[in-house]
Amino acid sequence: MSIDYEDKISSVVQSVPPSAIRKFFDLAAEMKGVISLSIGEPDFVTPYEIREAGINSLIDGYTHYSPNAGYTESKKAIASYISRRYGVDYDPNGQILITVGGSEGIDLAARALINPGDEVIIVEPCFVAYKAAVMFAHGVPVVVETTQENDFKLKAEDLEAAITPKTKMMIIGFPSNPTGAVMTMDDLKDIADVLRRHPDIIVVSDELYCELNYITDEPSSLIRFDDLRDRVIMVNGFSKSYAMTGWRIGYLTGPKELIGPMTKIHQYCIMCAPSVSQVAIVKAALEGDDSVAEMRAEYDHRRKVVMQGFKDAGLECFTPYGAFYAFPSIKEFGISSEEFCERFLMEKKVAIVPGNAFGKCGEGHFRLSYAASMENIKTAMERLKEFTDVLRKEKR
Amino acid sequence: MADQLELLKIIEKNARLTPEEIAVMMGASAEEVKAEIAALTEQKIILGYTTEINWEKTYPEKVTALIEVRITPVRNMGFDHLANILSQYDKVKDCYLMSGGFDLMLTYEDDNLKNIASFVYEKVATLEGVLSTATHFILKTYKANGIRFEMEQSDDRQAIVL
Repeated sequence: MSIDYEDKISSVVQSVPPSAIRKFFDLAAEMKGVISLSIGEPDFVTPYEIREAGINSLIDGYTHYSPNAGYTESKKAIASYISRRYGVDYDPNGQILITVGGSEGIDLAARALINPGDEVIIVEPCFVAYKAAVMFAHGVPVVVETTQENDFKLKAEDLEAAITPKTKMMIIGFPSNPTGAVMTMDDLKDIADVLRRHPDIIVVSDELYCELNYITDEPSSLIRFDDLRDRVIMVNGFSKSYAMTGWRIGYLTGPKELIGPMTKIHQYCIMCAPSVSQVAIVKAALEGDDSVAEMRAEYDHRRKVVMQGFKDAGLECFTPYGAFYAFPSIKEFGISSEEFCERFLMEKKVAIVPGNAFGKCGEGHFRLSYAASMENIKTAMERLKEFTDVLRKEKR
Repeated sequence: MADQLELLKIIEKNARLTPEEIAVMMGASAEEVKAEIAALTEQKIILGYTTEINWEKTYPEKVTALIEVRITPVRNMGFDHLANILSQYDKVKDCYLMSGGFDLMLTYEDDNLKNIASFVYEKVATLEGVLSTATHFILKTYKANGIRFEMEQSDDRQAIVL
């Protein structure tokens, strides 16, 4: 007798669709000799001093469980980093939880707060995990769309319009994956005003890309509003800023009353974040600023080369000021993002990601990651120009 | 006006970039970049452009030595007098005044060991003011001018990461 496995899988898990662009994924993974500008992680190897700290932690025997919320030393280093960069003080004892990357942080926030049927506002196009985390937690994602016309920033009136009595939480992520958009402190003021009118809403602010900001050295964040901090959960980490994706290490900050329940879930599911990684981030948080600055300068050079490439190819793109992504428009060609990316891959051997992977309003765009070598970026931009020339000829 | 420090950092890493390419990276115009490079060259801040070559692969006979030289400083000229003399030799690639147990450090390149030996005892040791020398031969280059010679890191990331 055969088992009906589908019947065994929870309806919630079934209701979360696998990535919208599975087919394209498989295609890109199989092809050889492809220039990939579709990777959402730094091309840099973790700075050596940080790796060395990890290596030494093994020599020193850090091979055991740490306390659930993380080593005190590591939490203190994180607190010191946040104080230095954001000018905000968190108590390492109770207001900081070290997680397995930023992704766990998002999941914990969703699971700790959402009751079945609670609405959660999500700002699209966005990182694909937000919606899934909400759905796994039996919440109802409510999408607020951002557009190129507004530089993919969240507008206060759009947020206001999406709020209902059922709204429990909102998840925002700036600097944005996939658009590269940045919300400055000025932009956030309007959002803060909306939140003041709705004092029950909890904010989950994903700031994994906070260090990769090319207009201002000052990280913009809702945690910097003193009257709002008590209902903001900041999701942050070392993956993107310090090129530490494989270490799986991030953290959450927030009021003790919220961090506590999230620590409870973390304790039962994960136990603790990897000890080696926890030791390594002490080095990163306390002494990593120069390495970050060097990588940021390099990304910034590539960002400008990419923008020039779009200009040469005649593609419209708002200027991204953060992360390592650009999100140009391909609407003029009258074909879907997926078709554009698939043809670009097949005909020019360059992989980029269709915009609809990040939400419906991403349709008509693609995400280009410039976390790649300058040489590859330049070659890819030449091929992009050739490709758009072909498309324009076909259209005529 | 193109930012001087940023420009220098860019061309220190890659001298072959065209002014146009540099201009894009910096968000400046090609004319600004050209003018800035000309000014920096005029001020002798930019002194020249070289190529990093792994000679071990194509010309293994080449020998490089690091020569430590202890000298007596000359009145009014300090160490500059002998340093200037030693810097005249084409095969002396670098000449530094050092702190520590000796005074000058030379990098010297030649076709064979004997030539280096004769440079040391005929030219350096005989100079008035030179007290002693110590010669070290380079066996293998792992990294020079910030470039790693042997270890290549391939990009083994996943094809797509969202």
